[in-house]
Amino acid sequence: MISRKKKAIMDANEISWTIKRMAHEIVEKSYGTEDLVIVGIQTRGVHLAKRIAREIESIEKKEVPVGALDITLYRDDVDSIAHQPLVKETRIPFDITDKKVVLVDDVLFAGRTVRAALDELIDFGRPKVIKLAVLIDRGLRELPIQPDFVGKIYPTSKKELVCVNLKEEDGEDSVVLK
Amino acid sequence: MRLKNKDLLGLEYLDREEINLILETAKPFKELFTRSVKKVPPLRGKTVVLLFYEPSTRTRTSFELAAKRLSADVLNISASTSSVAKGESLIDTAKTLEAMKADFVVIRHSMAGAPQILARTISASIVNAGDGTHEHPTQGLLDMFTIWEKKGRLSGLKVAIVGDILHSRVARSNIWGLNKMGAKVYVVGPATLIPPRIEQMGVKIFYDLDEIIDELDVINILRIQMERQKENLFPSLREYNEIFGVTDERLKRAKKDLLVMHPGPMNRGIEISSSVAEGSRSVITEQVTNGIAVRMAVLYLLAGGDKRGMKR
Amino acid sequence: MKLVIRNGRAVDPKNKIDKKVDILIEDGKIVKIGESPKFRPGDVTRSTITIDATGKVVTPGLIDMHTHLREPGREDEETIASGTRAAAQGGFTSICCMPNTQPVVDSVSGVKFILTTASQEGIVNVYPVGSITKGRKGEELAEIGKMRIAGIVGISDDGKPVMNAQIMRRALEYAKMFNLPVISHCEDLNLSTGGVMNEGFTSTVLGLKGIPRQAEEIMVARDIALAELTGGKLHLAHITTRGSVELVRQAKKKRIKVTCETAPHYFSLSEEDVRGYDTNTKINPPLRTKDDIEALCEGLADGTIDCIVSDHAPHLDVEKDLEYNMAPFGIIGLETMVPLIITNLVGKKILNLNQAIAKMTVNPANILGLEKGALSIGSDADLTIIDLNLKKKIDNEFSSQSKNSPFIGMELKGFPVATIVGGKMVMEDGKLV
Repeated sequence: MISRKKKAIMDANEISWTIKRMAHEIVEKSYGTEDLVIVGIQTRGVHLAKRIAREIESIEKKEVPVGALDITLYRDDVDSIAHQPLVKETRIPFDITDKKVVLVDDVLFAGRTVRAALDELIDFGRPKVIKLAVLIDRGLRELPIQPDFVGKIYPTSKKELVCVNLKEEDGEDSVVLK
Repeated sequence: MRLKNKDLLGLEYLDREEINLILETAKPFKELFTRSVKKVPPLRGKTVVLLFYEPSTRTRTSFELAAKRLSADVLNISASTSSVAKGESLIDTAKTLEAMKADFVVIRHSMAGAPQILARTISASIVNAGDGTHEHPTQGLLDMFTIWEKKGRLSGLKVAIVGDILHSRVARSNIWGLNKMGAKVYVVGPATLIPPRIEQMGVKIFYDLDEIIDELDVINILRIQMERQKENLFPSLREYNEIFGVTDERLKRAKKDLLVMHPGPMNRGIEISSSVAEGSRSVITEQVTNGIAVRMAVLYLLAGGDKRGMKR
Repeated sequence: MKLVIRNGRAVDPKNKIDKKVDILIEDGKIVKIGESPKFRPGDVTRSTITIDATGKVVTPGLIDMHTHLREPGREDEETIASGTRAAAQGGFTSICCMPNTQPVVDSVSGVKFILTTASQEGIVNVYPVGSITKGRKGEELAEIGKMRIAGIVGISDDGKPVMNAQIMRRALEYAKMFNLPVISHCEDLNLSTGGVMNEGFTSTVLGLKGIPRQAEEIMVARDIALAELTGGKLHLAHITTRGSVELVRQAKKKRIKVTCETAPHYFSLSEEDVRGYDTNTKINPPLRTKDDIEALCEGLADGTIDCIVSDHAPHLDVEKDLEYNMAPFGIIGLETMVPLIITNLVGKKILNLNQAIAKMTVNPANILGLEKGALSIGSDADLTIIDLNLKKKIDNEFSSQSKNSPFIGMELKGFPVATIVGGKMVMEDGKLV
């Protein structure tokens, strides 16, 4: 088998204006920033959440609270994964009850991470609504979960790997297929 | 990174990386306690048996809360209510628990080595909650977590363990753990309560607390048991108090940021004065909170530990 | 009935024989020893049973002067029948059984019971040891003289020391009349109480209560002093420490009548083996340190330690499968003693074969006053054939009723392959007949 070379899906520019577009969509669909909070899923979802919040702030001139969610303890495969991921910080320094929560992750795939995130969020309170924003939707869902805000739809096969690189974590902004 | 063994029998058997992993993992667990829902689901459907051959409300409730906050089902077996009283052997009890498909057995026993017997008999993960005068690894871990959280490091710190070292499993676990993490450990107590050849564990022995009090970063005070006096290990409690009791007077020469620890339960006025226990340097109640977080981390990590790992 | 053992290397320390010979046995006695051509026609006839011992060692029947047979009282652990089978399996033709049975062998009836049962059910020679004090309580002397007449070969409260020095003094004095050895279990109970292993770094780490070496050495010193005082015949059971070896060495230099023994586990295992809390390492006196092992080896080599004994102490699995503190002391040893000596002493050149065999033949025979332990014309035809090159892994199959051995799983070299008691083959090719 010829190994496919890394293929670029998005570059830094594209990521930048995609996040801008998503911020506009979120504001539009949420009728402003009232009761709006953004929660990113560790690790890259948190960085994306912060970027989206900054964009919204520059549009609306209002601060949007951002939280971080680590879903490790809510995974459905704790027994079977070869290496236990380190449990990271969950920090939601505000009450989410009756809030409009936008959950942010980098890649939407099987949907299991989002399922875990929903369970965990609900342990923090009862939001009015939870919406899902992802940078890449690569398809292949295993659970009935769909995003509300998508950066790019990019259908893939199970063997492939979609890597989102962000400056805060990886030194550069790019999305590549491996 | 994961634990190498299915069991936690003692800190002697863990390496530095494993201890670090447990401490790092305990941190997010402690954070959970600030939420209104303190429970997370990773051990959902798992059964944790608390097999206590020795009464210990403190350790038992800490493990029980830890297991419940991880969503495990908890079964309490204590010596007074179980077949233990009828003379069933530990191995038979172990086999019964195996047949009931227990996933974890947390054992407290008055005799050293009892957890080892369980670990080689059954496939459940065994957690030693204190065995005789051997080890009490989760106490050692929670003590280290408390120090690490307060001081930001363990390496290079000077820690004194004061009291009945001879009969103390807490002391042994602390010595193993702290040594592995690069701390300097002193043991202080009456010569009759210092176990033979303990300096080979990498500690220094002192019979005079005042000699080292000014250089200590942490002082961990052990409970002195009344019955030791009857065994003629020291002449009287008042003499013990005068020579080894930790009082404000004695702490005058200590560093301002000295941490005062005690695994509890305390004998106020004997090994520790009330004002020291309640004082600004004391982290005794925090140790209790940290105990739950550390035990959650241990149970959680053992669930993913290597089941094929070497049995001890 | 005639039996001839051909082509074996006879090793008999008493008669200073170490050469290839044929041995002719008739009616339970050794009648001829020599090279086969010297046998006259008629010596070996068609009905003579021939045993080919080519490449093997033929020794006087081995003697274990320290065994626990458990009968009467604990026939679930061992009986005279099963214990003597274990002995035959282990190459022993004579064993001495300790009196700590239930009831204690402290009177003629107990001695007679053992001798009668052994003659009916035993397959090797059994020599009872009577107790020093009534009920082994350490308070009043037992009827030592009457037991002597009934057949005891020594007295001992084994398992317990005689704590009262005055009583020990009287025992040594009194037993002197009968030339009986007083076999002393050296342990100062005030120092050892509650202890389950050697006191030291390992006991500290394991959180187990230690027994200091001094608990043994204090009593070794006391008993030597009493032997000097009384002129009695003192034999120190299972000594385990450097200090004890040195005390005995000095006493012997002063020509005090003292002999002593150790057991294979004391030079084969150390306190390190207690890690893991295997209760088959719980033995009294406890397993000591590498330094003590070294001293025991020196003592064995220079003759300070006269004998090696099994201290065979059978216990059931249900008794041993317990927490370390709760399990009883003791391990079985009859069936692993010879290979442990061959592997760990002869194999490592600590003893030569002659020295090793002497510690199981002529030396115990001399201490006990037995007409055994030599390949002499006219002597009882008790012989053991050993294959020095036979390698085996110790498995769970023992002739003893109990299986409490720490040596299971260990590969050893040098096993007895035949045991002959009074001209009768009781073990052949490693199997009981």
